[in-house]
Amino acid sequence: MPSDMLPLYLVGLYVLVLSIFVGYEVISKVPPLLHTPLMSGTNAISGITLVGAVVAAGHSNEVFASVIGFLAVVAGTINVVGGYMVTDRMLRMFKKR
Amino acid sequence: MYPYTLDLIYLVTSVMFIIGIKMLSTPAAATRGNYLSAIAMLVTVGVTLVTSQIVDWVTIWAGVAVGTAIGIVASRMVQMTAMPQMVALYNGFGGLASALVALSEYDRQHAALTPYLTSVILLSLIVGNVTFTGSVVAYAKLQELMPGRPMLFRGQHWINLILLLVTLGGGAYMTAYDPLVWNWFFALGAIALVLGVLVVIPIGGADMPVVIALLNSYSGIAVSFTGFVLNNNVLIIAGSLVGASGIFLTNAMCVAMNRSVWNVLFGGFGQTAPAGAGAAAGPGGDIGAVKAYTIEDAVNVFESAQSVIFVPGYGMAAAQAQHAVRDLADHLQQAGLNVRYAIHPVAGRMPGHMNVLLAEANVPYDLLCDMEQINDDFKNTDVAVVVGANDVVNPAANDDPGSPIYGMPILNVEQTRTVMVLKRSMNPGFAGIENALFLRDNTMMLFGDAKATLTKLAEALKHR
Repeated sequence: MPSDMLPLYLVGLYVLVLSIFVGYEVISKVPPLLHTPLMSGTNAISGITLVGAVVAAGHSNEVFASVIGFLAVVAGTINVVGGYMVTDRMLRMFKKR
Repeated sequence: MYPYTLDLIYLVTSVMFIIGIKMLSTPAAATRGNYLSAIAMLVTVGVTLVTSQIVDWVTIWAGVAVGTAIGIVASRMVQMTAMPQMVALYNGFGGLASALVALSEYDRQHAALTPYLTSVILLSLIVGNVTFTGSVVAYAKLQELMPGRPMLFRGQHWINLILLLVTLGGGAYMTAYDPLVWNWFFALGAIALVLGVLVVIPIGGADMPVVIALLNSYSGIAVSFTGFVLNNNVLIIAGSLVGASGIFLTNAMCVAMNRSVWNVLFGGFGQTAPAGAGAAAGPGGDIGAVKAYTIEDAVNVFESAQSVIFVPGYGMAAAQAQHAVRDLADHLQQAGLNVRYAIHPVAGRMPGHMNVLLAEANVPYDLLCDMEQINDDFKNTDVAVVVGANDVVNPAANDDPGSPIYGMPILNVEQTRTVMVLKRSMNPGFAGIENALFLRDNTMMLFGDAKATLTKLAEALKHR
């Protein structure tokens, strides 16, 4: 029998497995024409670790935590900002006859 | 704030990410899809900031400012030909961010470490670090800061296997017995950094599309693990989307090369030409003399042609010849010829690389054809112009069972009436294999820098 209160990590596991399937389905519809922007666009999405990075940078005033957090925010922001902007730049180049 | 509001907003932004990717299915909607995804990102990070207990805003804004500045400059300056290494580098930053967040959480939640939390923190750290150094090596190879050929040494695979087992075994031990020991944590992180270097150095330049796709997927997996660390579903979802995208592209690239992902990762492909393979010009064919043709000869062929298919390869990117291709195509179109482009899935150094380059040169995307779309049309086409492509047009893939690329789907350029091959010299391609196409009777070799040859062709056509 399933327990009435699922532990959080099991909920997470459900979410993980199901979204891998969703992701694979959605992505398999993207034509080879756009595979480079697909790659850089999903790449930008992986910068969502920024959510963890801002907490890492801001949760305390200790030097160690601040330095690690600062570096994490820089890396995450480069990933997000650079990723979306370069994807946009590429997508704008695709024009019809 | 109502306790579940944050999670409900995360649900909305997760859906926005999925729809954003879905909109990449057509070029017309793709730009808006990318905006949608970017807005989802902004909202997700924004609501996290306002709902977390932040005591140090300065560090956050400083980091955001530095990261934004670097991101803007890098994405504006990068040349389209250098896109593979740019994406490799962004992958690396994604992995690094995950690893640093793991480090920070290990510190922040030190007193509350459970075996579960320790294990997901370590997984996030290890996958993040492997992604980071692996991407840096891929970047260095693509940027030619280090040799692109596979770097192999004796016992390499055993060392990698042992390091992997040490990392996993050490992680399991630490989780079970010593979760609080910092030295364990740093040692595991360091081994993962070394592992990232070692797994990418044996892979050759021509296999980089697979590696970049795979590292893309790793960076997503690292994000998902971070999601488990932070108990945050939007990270788990976003991470799995990226992971799935990387897996899909890795698989697509491997199918396009008729090789397994294991063969790509451990094969050391392209280091040496296997003895005997490709030495003969296909079964029953003698090695004929390669005959060089002139611009005049080529122009004469164009004059009696009605249809042309351009076949770009990495050489086009290396010579920055995409604009010259477009120029020549314009002249041919003005002369009434039907011009199209055939794009092999693994042409170039990342999936879709050729499409981006030609789009940059203002080639309309409806003229860019996938292999399946166009492969049956070569036999009804007058001229195929091969610009810096080699292995993807090598007929040995069809008819030489001894060739290392035997079985790989290729573009059927040899079926066109005349094949023009623009090539710097007779050096074999990245797989190190001779190409019998160059010796066929219907092939015209035009030696020299691809860009210069294309420009001369366009000039000569103009003066007719």
